[in-house]
Amino acid sequence: MAGKSEPIPTDTVAVHPQARSIRLVLGLAMLAALFIAPQFLYPIFLMKLLAFALFASAFNLLLGYTGLLSFGHAAFFGGAAYFTAHAVKEWGWSPEAGILLGVLGAAALGLVMGAIAIRRQGIYFAMITLALSQMFFFFCLQAPFTHGEDGIQSVPRGHLFGLVDLNDTMNMYYFVLGVFLIGLLVIWRFVNSPFGMILKSIRENEQRAISLGYSVSRYKLGAFVMSAALAGLAGGLKALIFQFATLTDVAWQMSGEVILMTLLGGIGTLLGPIVGAGLVVSLQNYLATSDFPVTIITGLVFMVCVLLFRRGLVGEFFASGLGRKLGFRADK
Amino acid sequence: MTMIFGVPLQALMGQLLVGLINGSFYALLSLGLAIIFGLLRVINFAHGAQYMLGAFAALLLLTVGGVNYWFALILAPLIVGLFAAVIERTMLSRLYKLDPLYGLLFTFGLALAIEGTFRYFYGASGKPYAPPPQLTGAVNLGFMFLPVYRGWVVIASLAVCIASWVLIEKTKLGAYLRAATENPVLVQAFGVNVPLLLTLTYALGAGLAAFAGVLAAPVYQVSPLMGSNLIIIVFAVVVVGGMGSILGAIVTGYLLGVVEGLTKVFYPEASNIVIFVIMAIVLILRPAGLFGKEA
Amino acid sequence: MSALLSVENLQAWYGESHVLHGVNLHVNQGEMICILGRNGMGKTTTLRSIMGILRKRSGKISFAGQDMMALPLHKTARAGLGFIPEERGIFASLSVEENLMLPPKVAEGGMSVEEIYTLFPNLKERRNSPGTKLSGGEQQMLALARILRTGARCLLLDEPTEGLAPVIIQAIGDVLVQLKARGMTVVLVEQNFRFAAKVADRFYLMDHGKMVAEFPVAELPNRMDLLHRELGV
Repeated sequence: MAGKSEPIPTDTVAVHPQARSIRLVLGLAMLAALFIAPQFLYPIFLMKLLAFALFASAFNLLLGYTGLLSFGHAAFFGGAAYFTAHAVKEWGWSPEAGILLGVLGAAALGLVMGAIAIRRQGIYFAMITLALSQMFFFFCLQAPFTHGEDGIQSVPRGHLFGLVDLNDTMNMYYFVLGVFLIGLLVIWRFVNSPFGMILKSIRENEQRAISLGYSVSRYKLGAFVMSAALAGLAGGLKALIFQFATLTDVAWQMSGEVILMTLLGGIGTLLGPIVGAGLVVSLQNYLATSDFPVTIITGLVFMVCVLLFRRGLVGEFFASGLGRKLGFRADK
Repeated sequence: MTMIFGVPLQALMGQLLVGLINGSFYALLSLGLAIIFGLLRVINFAHGAQYMLGAFAALLLLTVGGVNYWFALILAPLIVGLFAAVIERTMLSRLYKLDPLYGLLFTFGLALAIEGTFRYFYGASGKPYAPPPQLTGAVNLGFMFLPVYRGWVVIASLAVCIASWVLIEKTKLGAYLRAATENPVLVQAFGVNVPLLLTLTYALGAGLAAFAGVLAAPVYQVSPLMGSNLIIIVFAVVVVGGMGSILGAIVTGYLLGVVEGLTKVFYPEASNIVIFVIMAIVLILRPAGLFGKEA
Repeated sequence: MSALLSVENLQAWYGESHVLHGVNLHVNQGEMICILGRNGMGKTTTLRSIMGILRKRSGKISFAGQDMMALPLHKTARAGLGFIPEERGIFASLSVEENLMLPPKVAEGGMSVEEIYTLFPNLKERRNSPGTKLSGGEQQMLALARILRTGARCLLLDEPTEGLAPVIIQAIGDVLVQLKARGMTVVLVEQNFRFAAKVADRFYLMDHGKMVAEFPVAELPNRMDLLHRELGV
């Protein structure tokens, strides 16, 4: 979607000779910043940011690399939050097992929703995923294990592998950071795997991919399930961070939020969703104390993004002179 | 008491009526969505917000301007249509050459901004809007009491649906619309001001949503979020009906409303999701939708 | 005498590819000219650029003394240019009669519906069937007929005989002769120069986005060598 309509300028900007090293230093600096960040900022805020960054990255895996716009990713995020919360609270599972259940549950949901939704393309795909996730929302509203409007409260964080006490905020932070980095690594590997390459060629030209003999729907479904599972990973984390799972996490507004994070940061870039999530979460935090509704800003940012910078902040930076000088590519 | 399948006739008829009322709104809204999509290739996510704007316009016309229901029924769609025309001209029209997903995202943002603004100024709670004095009370149909206003909703929405269908299928303007849906460039090369036609179409669709909103004001309460859940159901209706056919959108709207009403009688737990379940089944059996032509 | 339609140094692009490299042509009032040339030489592009359908263009186009470059697409027809595309552009969701009545009247002096039905009796018979249920020849008749109704002064007619049977081609030729008798100005794009020779007053030969020759119909016999070479017939 982003790649097709926004051609990158073809004029050549000389890439700085040390561009590779500069990029590496920048990356390491960001990583280091994440490690020392809790010294300066509220850990709970940082953990929320990381969970949403992972969620947005999972969403971007689908939109940015296969061109499928899902309007129903809240179902995977919120669904996994419920599964994880239920497993650790009611069944006494360990946190890692609870999160694993959330991931598997989200993947299963993704398999069912994806199988139905990929029967239509483009705009219909978006509407169908939205409708199916709304169906899941109503299911959660009525199913007894979610406790309806109350949600699952006071979820214990427990001990990681029976050893590390996650009730300690710093332990929890580094656990979240670890899961986040693993999630990103999985996405990066996936995108650059042969499977990911085929997904890209499907996005560029679906007809050609079909004529080359690829079973396009199977690849799309694979990407959908993968994206759902990773969204589930983020949802499971979220349940442990905040120690609750509620209907907010499965509501359509959440699907909208993750789209906004990705769009604002830059569709189809690895860094974009993370930056977008950071901005949106910060904005929500900032406005939490005022009575000004976040949705107005969210809505306006959506409109401005779509009208004026469809590449997103990171995409625009990559496409700018400086970005290209550093050897970034907004879209391959 | 008369029983049908173990359900009192009164309850059955009551829920059928509720289903028919909901179906009236589904039909009006999916009709507008289909008209807009046909020509603009934009899924108008703001349709629910425009429906809400219609209801609010009626409420504000009454409380601030003292304008009664009957004038609001005409004025509110005009106001909302004008607002939509401005949005189309200044912003939406820039997106036609892009992937249609951008139109969806833009109108989604628009819906959030509109709904957020109304919630900020008027709060989230619903406000009552009394039906006009001419339409209060109920008539005894023998097997049930029919509230007059509810009967009016069904008749009025049916009339507007039929009028819209006639406009599109039988008039010159409708011929322009149909032709421009197929090949906008050629229609413009014939001397028809297609950009203006697009603006009018978006305004017409939004006006239909606002009309539904005014109709809905006395039935449901007027609240900023009254359209946000509704629009998702209407999306499902549109997927079931397929957007290729105006008549299909109308028929599917009423049909699914009635099915939803019947579900409330026989299996109330599923009444919230029955339309989504039907959508899933239709997608599995007939992906193009019941009336759909496009693959 | 000043030309009704004159085109000077017209350049046009499809995306990045430069298709027209300075086309010059003029058409006088009541004249029928024909643009010949092989496929891909820019004939259709020339018509689409004159009409304003292709917007990425430069140069000068004036029609009846009016500068056409600045007009938005829907005003080109209003100025009196009628366009009949190669693919005919009959609308499937409109009946034959709706197709016929679709283009708005741009000036007085167009044919009445009765006249059109006299000229094309088939269309009258099938006026209530969907436009695309017509045969190829009937669709071409309909595409022509609907522009004749509008009062356009000059027709841009793209390959009207393509893919049609000889008897239909004959009928279309007859219609063009009648139009000429009524004083209609026509820019005809054709590959079939034997057909064009019966109706056109003057020829342009197009090659790689430029006009490479121009001659009146009387010179056609002398130019056969050139035509055989250029058209490969």
